[in-house]
Amino acid sequence: MAQVSASQIERTVRRRRPDWLPKRWYVHALLWLTIIIVGFPLLYAILVSTQSNAETLSFQILPGTRFRQNLEAVVIDRRLLRFMWNSTMLSVFVTVGKTILSLLAGLAFVYFRFPGKWLIFGFILLTLMMPTEMLIIALFRFVSNLGLGNTFWAISVPFLASATGAFLFRQHFANLPAELSEAAQLEGATPLQFLFQILIPLSWNAIGALAVIQFVYMWNQYLWPLLIIKNESIQVVQVGLGSLQNFEGSTTYGPMMMGAVIATIPPVLVFIFLQKQFMSGFAISRDK
Amino acid sequence: MQNEFLILSFVVTALVGTGLLAYAFSRLKRPPALGAVIGAIAGATGPLLFMAPLKFCTFEEGRKTLDFIFGLALFAVGAWLAIWLTRWLSQIIIDRHTPGEQSKENTIGTFKTSLLTPTLLLAPTIVILALFLYYPLIDTFRLSTLLVRLGAPRTRFRCVSNFTELFSQDYAGVLFNTFFIAIAIVFVGLVLGLAIAYLAYQPVRGANVYRTLLIWPYAISPAIAGIIFFVMFDPVAGIINHSIELFGGQGLEWIRDPWLARFAVIVTSIWKTLGYNVLFYIAGLQTVPRNLIEAAAIDGANAWQRFRNIVIPALSPITFFLIVTNITYAFFNIFGTIDYLTRGGPAGATSVSIYEIYVLGIRSKDLGRAAAESIVLFLLVIGVTFLQFRTSSRRVTYGA
Repeated sequence: MAQVSASQIERTVRRRRPDWLPKRWYVHALLWLTIIIVGFPLLYAILVSTQSNAETLSFQILPGTRFRQNLEAVVIDRRLLRFMWNSTMLSVFVTVGKTILSLLAGLAFVYFRFPGKWLIFGFILLTLMMPTEMLIIALFRFVSNLGLGNTFWAISVPFLASATGAFLFRQHFANLPAELSEAAQLEGATPLQFLFQILIPLSWNAIGALAVIQFVYMWNQYLWPLLIIKNESIQVVQVGLGSLQNFEGSTTYGPMMMGAVIATIPPVLVFIFLQKQFMSGFAISRDK
Repeated sequence: MQNEFLILSFVVTALVGTGLLAYAFSRLKRPPALGAVIGAIAGATGPLLFMAPLKFCTFEEGRKTLDFIFGLALFAVGAWLAIWLTRWLSQIIIDRHTPGEQSKENTIGTFKTSLLTPTLLLAPTIVILALFLYYPLIDTFRLSTLLVRLGAPRTRFRCVSNFTELFSQDYAGVLFNTFFIAIAIVFVGLVLGLAIAYLAYQPVRGANVYRTLLIWPYAISPAIAGIIFFVMFDPVAGIINHSIELFGGQGLEWIRDPWLARFAVIVTSIWKTLGYNVLFYIAGLQTVPRNLIEAAAIDGANAWQRFRNIVIPALSPITFFLIVTNITYAFFNIFGTIDYLTRGGPAGATSVSIYEIYVLGIRSKDLGRAAAESIVLFLLVIGVTFLQFRTSSRRVTYGA
């Protein structure tokens, strides 16, 4: 349904192509050139990940002979999959938790009346100006004093609440027709039934967009896990990649790039998998 | 002697408050005398915001002149905040009591339950934000006045020395790095992002595929971008020097030269943020009214004039948003890139504020000074956001 209307719109746009637009082949060529330039660093990383140090040093622009050895060095010797698993658990847990808390907050803001609503709204809004990175010194002391240092909870719980999410759903629910909740109340539905049976099925685009943002955001966390997690067995992959910089006392390019490429796969997959929702629902997003 | 200064300061801020609010009230057609009283109270109590936690230490005998001046500045800022806040609040209260202007709150379709339900719905969000954002923020302010070492339980009160000592250190260099790198990332990143978005916005077959292929670097992490460019910029193994040598040039010491290292950090960050900028500019371009562009074309405006005078102004809300998010990126998220690419070097040339906070607080274990630098960074973020908000709200939008 949505696809049909989108392609219809595109067809209409194409038919009414105003003549101030450049001719098409020119655009295609420029687009491909840009795509190659933008994609070049990753292509190069993939290339180096198959090479030995000697092959990289001699500027070989063909795939090398060390794909298997580099993969084994990264996966078996440095146990990269352990880090990958930790990052996956963390990102999935935070994405799901954050989505649920944001849905609940959005529900409260749109479908309830209570005193001090604007005050609470402002309280949540202001946190957009407080990136966690800025607060790491005090947060580090606080979390350590709670005895949570070196635990999964230390890297997950502080990220469970989100101003972005609460706003996204508040905005989204406010744009839905008011008759929905009136009908639900006439049927005697509780607020949670209303949320799960009516609102969520109508919100998959917004949920998908938020999920992409939050998954990528959590997967890419670096500074906070670097500080608070000292135990390798629960460390995230962004920090774990640091252990690939040296093998037997010297810089090794192949394994380093292999690790970088592997650690990039999950967020890119999530992005591609949910891109339709992402494109249609991201308008109110921010890295938080 | 110093006590006289303290009393004088209170008198001055109270008088300023009196004057400003009396004037504001007369403009709002309310009794100026009431405004004068409220203003005097605000002006006299505002400074306590900073002075009470500091126990008025900057006014003590024997403090350095710099500390004393810094204290006076804090005193004035506290007063200004209180006066500004009261003015703003009184305006809101007066507006609300003016008939006809009341905002109609939408009550259709709200659940009629006790207060308990919305409280329970919002409690998890509020508790987490309070514990892990608001409390650390307040604690950062507290720590910034202390001599406190990582892992040591004992602390000592340092008044404002953590801040004033910043003046006598290479902190100016850190601020320079922070701003230089941030401005370069924002400026070049937005120009490139807009150019690519404009290209991807052209209606061609397969536009959605092109867009996806241009936006995906968004999913790359700052740390991984740092690793990839670390290898690309490697003086002996990297493809950049290999390419320079291929064309007969001399390879450059990318990571060992201060300016080249800054350049490397900037290039890496622009690449990493490009997908995000392109994404938002494409979305923004879709809201530019086409009839306006076509009308301008009929009136004889050429392609550049149409772009300059219609498209760019219509995109100003998106540009504002992107400036704030890109600056946030350049101030904070850049840490992963720097830690893998240059480690703040050479000789601190790429040590931006957030990297310095990490080095000071965690490696040198000086939490107090690191907290003071965090606060400076916090004020910079607020300042930039506020400044941008002022300038961009004055500029035009064509109903985008």
